[in-house]
Amino acid sequence: MAGSSDPGFDTLALHAGAAPDPATGARAVPIHLTTSFVFENSEHAASLFNMERSGHVYSRISNPTNAVLEERVAALEGGVGAIATASGQAALHLAICTLAGAGSHIVSSSALYGGSHNLLHYTLKRFGIATSFVKPGDHAGWRAAIRPETRLLFGETLGNPGLDVLDIPVVAAIAHENGLPLLVDSTFTTPWLMKPFEHGADLVYHSATKFLSGHGTVIGGVLVDSGRFDWQAACDASGRFAELARPYEGFHGMVFTEESSVGAFLLRARREGLRDFGACMSPHTAWLILQGIETLPLRMARHVENTRKVVGFLAAHPMVASVGYPELDSHPDHALAKRLLPRGAGSVFSFDLRGSREQGRAFIEALKIFSHLANVGDCRSLVIHPASTTHFRMDDAALALAGIGPGTIRLSIGLEDTDDLIDDLKRALGAAKKAA
Amino acid sequence: MELSVVSPAGARRAYAYTGGKPLDASRPTVVFVHGALHDHSVWTLPARWFANHGHSVLAPDLPGHARSAGPALDSIEALAAWLLALLDAAGVGNAALVGHSMGALIALEAAAQAPERITRLALLGLAVPMAVSPALLATARDTPLQAIDMVNAYSHSTSAAKPSYPGPGSWLHGANQALMRRVQEGHAERNLFLVDFEVCNRYAGGLEAAAKVRSPTTLVVGERDQMTPPRQAAAIAAALHAGVITVNAGHAMVAEAPDAVLAALRKAVG
Repeated sequence: MAGSSDPGFDTLALHAGAAPDPATGARAVPIHLTTSFVFENSEHAASLFNMERSGHVYSRISNPTNAVLEERVAALEGGVGAIATASGQAALHLAICTLAGAGSHIVSSSALYGGSHNLLHYTLKRFGIATSFVKPGDHAGWRAAIRPETRLLFGETLGNPGLDVLDIPVVAAIAHENGLPLLVDSTFTTPWLMKPFEHGADLVYHSATKFLSGHGTVIGGVLVDSGRFDWQAACDASGRFAELARPYEGFHGMVFTEESSVGAFLLRARREGLRDFGACMSPHTAWLILQGIETLPLRMARHVENTRKVVGFLAAHPMVASVGYPELDSHPDHALAKRLLPRGAGSVFSFDLRGSREQGRAFIEALKIFSHLANVGDCRSLVIHPASTTHFRMDDAALALAGIGPGTIRLSIGLEDTDDLIDDLKRALGAAKKAA
Repeated sequence: MELSVVSPAGARRAYAYTGGKPLDASRPTVVFVHGALHDHSVWTLPARWFANHGHSVLAPDLPGHARSAGPALDSIEALAAWLLALLDAAGVGNAALVGHSMGALIALEAAAQAPERITRLALLGLAVPMAVSPALLATARDTPLQAIDMVNAYSHSTSAAKPSYPGPGSWLHGANQALMRRVQEGHAERNLFLVDFEVCNRYAGGLEAAAKVRSPTTLVVGERDQMTPPRQAAAIAAALHAGVITVNAGHAMVAEAPDAVLAALRKAVG
C-alpha cells in the first residue's frame, strides 16, 4: 500500500488495522472470543509483561479484534492509537482518570449529554474531582475557569440539547496557552463530518453505540489520542501530569513519556486504566462496531442528506415554532458550523412544537416510523419528547433553564426514504394540532 | 539519563533512554541510533529486551532531536564523532551499535572512526549512498509538514501491521507522523527535516567506511522497503562482509515487524 500519501477515508474505513488472517486466510476480521493468549515460553511471557514485546496477554487489556477497531478509529480520526471501552461513558471516565485524581479540576462545556453531566457534576465530585461548567461559546469563561489544579478542558463537538457548535480552535488554543489538553466528545459528528484533531483537540472519544456502530445493536466507546499534546513539556512547566512524565510507582516506576514520546497517554490509559478499572469492550461488540464503520461514509452522507430534507420540512410547518439545526441561518452557531462542519451538522436535532406537553405526547404517539426511545445515531429514525420522558420531573420553568420547552422534540434521522419520514411527521403534527 | 557530551562539535547536553533500567557500564552495551526526525522512542521494545537480558542500553536522542540540546549536526561524520563522545560521557568503552536508516549511516561511520570500540554492528534500512530525491528535498525546504506526510506514507508497507508498536491498538501511520511532527517542532531554530535528509544525501563515505569496519556486521532489510529498497543493500553488504536478514516489512520495520526485528537483533548483537 506504500505510496506518496496515506489512503483516503473510505479506504481506511474498510482496511485500517485489518489484513487477511494469517492463520486461516479469513478476509473479514475474526472475532477472537478468548480471555487469554498462550505464551510461547516463560521468556516470552516475561517479555510481554515487561513491555519488551508487543502482544496480547488478557482480553481486559487488549484483544486482536478490539485492536483492529482501535487502529481503525485512530486512523479515521488521525490519531496515534485508541482504546475500545465498554461504553462511551467508560471512555470518558478512562480519559479523565488517566489525567486527574482527587484534588483535580476540569473545565467543561455546560452543553453536555446528561450522562456526562451527571458524571462530572455529581459522581466525580464524590471522588474529589471538581468541574466548572461554562457555556461553550463563552471564551472568556473558559479562560477564567482554569485553575492551577485543572487537568483538562472538555466539550462536545455538537452540544446537548441545542447543538451548540464547540469552537474547537479557540477552546484548544485556550487550553494550550495554559498547558492543558482539550478532550472532545465527537459522538454526534463522527470523523466523517469533523476530525477534531485537525482543529486542535488533543483527545477524542466516541460513544460508538451511536453512528460508528450505526445499527442500534451494541454499547461501546472508543478513546483516541492525537499524540500531539506534549505531556513532558507540560509537566516540566507546571508539575501537572507527573503520573505520565515522572517515575510512576503505580506501574513499576515507569516514565510513560520516555517509553513513548507520542503515545504516553494511551500507554498509561491501557496499562493502568483498563487493568484497574476494567471497563473493556467485548470482542463481539468490537466486531459489530467494525461492521458499522465499514459503511460509515455511506451512512453519514445519507444521514445528513435525509436530515436536511426533514429540517426543511419542519422549518416551514405552521405547527413548528423553531428548529435548532446549525445549518439554518437562525441557529446561533450557523457561521461556526459552516466553518467547522462543511459536510453537515449531523442528524440529531431538536425542534419546538407549538403547544403543550399533551400535544407533544400526542405527536410522539402518532408516529409510526420514528421509534420512541432513548438513543441516537441508529440507522432507524428515532424520537424522544424530553418533557414527558428524560426530564418529566421538571416543571416548565426548570425545563426552560435546561434549554428545553414543553414541546421540544429531539429527532435522530435515520436512513429511511425521506418521503416516508416526512409523511410520518406530517401525520403526527396533525395529531398534535388536534390534541390542543 | 542526562549526559554532557563533549565532541568536536562542542559540549552539549544529551538525553539517552536506558531501557527502563539504570545504565551499568560494566555490562556489554548496546547503543540504538534512531533515524531522521525520530527519537529514542522508536527503540523502546528492543531496548527494554536487551536491558533485561544482560546488557546495558543507550538509546540517545541525537543532537537537536527531542530531548537532546541542539543545534542538529550537519554531517554523518560529525554525528558519528558525537556518538563516540556519548559513549565516553557514559563511561562506556566498547559497544555494539544498532542503527536505523540515518542512524545506520551514523553507526557505520562510527564503526569506521573507532573500529576498536565497536563489538558488533546491526544496520537496519541502510542504503549506501542514501540518496534523497531533489523533489523530496525541495518539498522539505518549502513545506516540511507535507514532506513528513510523504515520507511517512513511503515508510509503511501496510495499514495492518501486527501486533503493532509499542502495543496493540497503536496506529503506526499516525504515531510516526505525530513523532516526526513533534521532533520537527521541538527545535524550531532549524528545519530539521531538511537538515537530516540533506545529511543523508550528502554522505559519500559509506564504502570507504565499510573498509575500516572490523566488527561482525548484520544488515536487516525490509523486503517491502521503498525508502531503502533491498537491492540497495547488496553492495554495502558485500563491502562489510555482512550477513543479511530480511524481514517482512517496509522501511518502518522496527514498528511493523517488532518480533522479527528483535529476533534479528538477538542474532546480530545478542
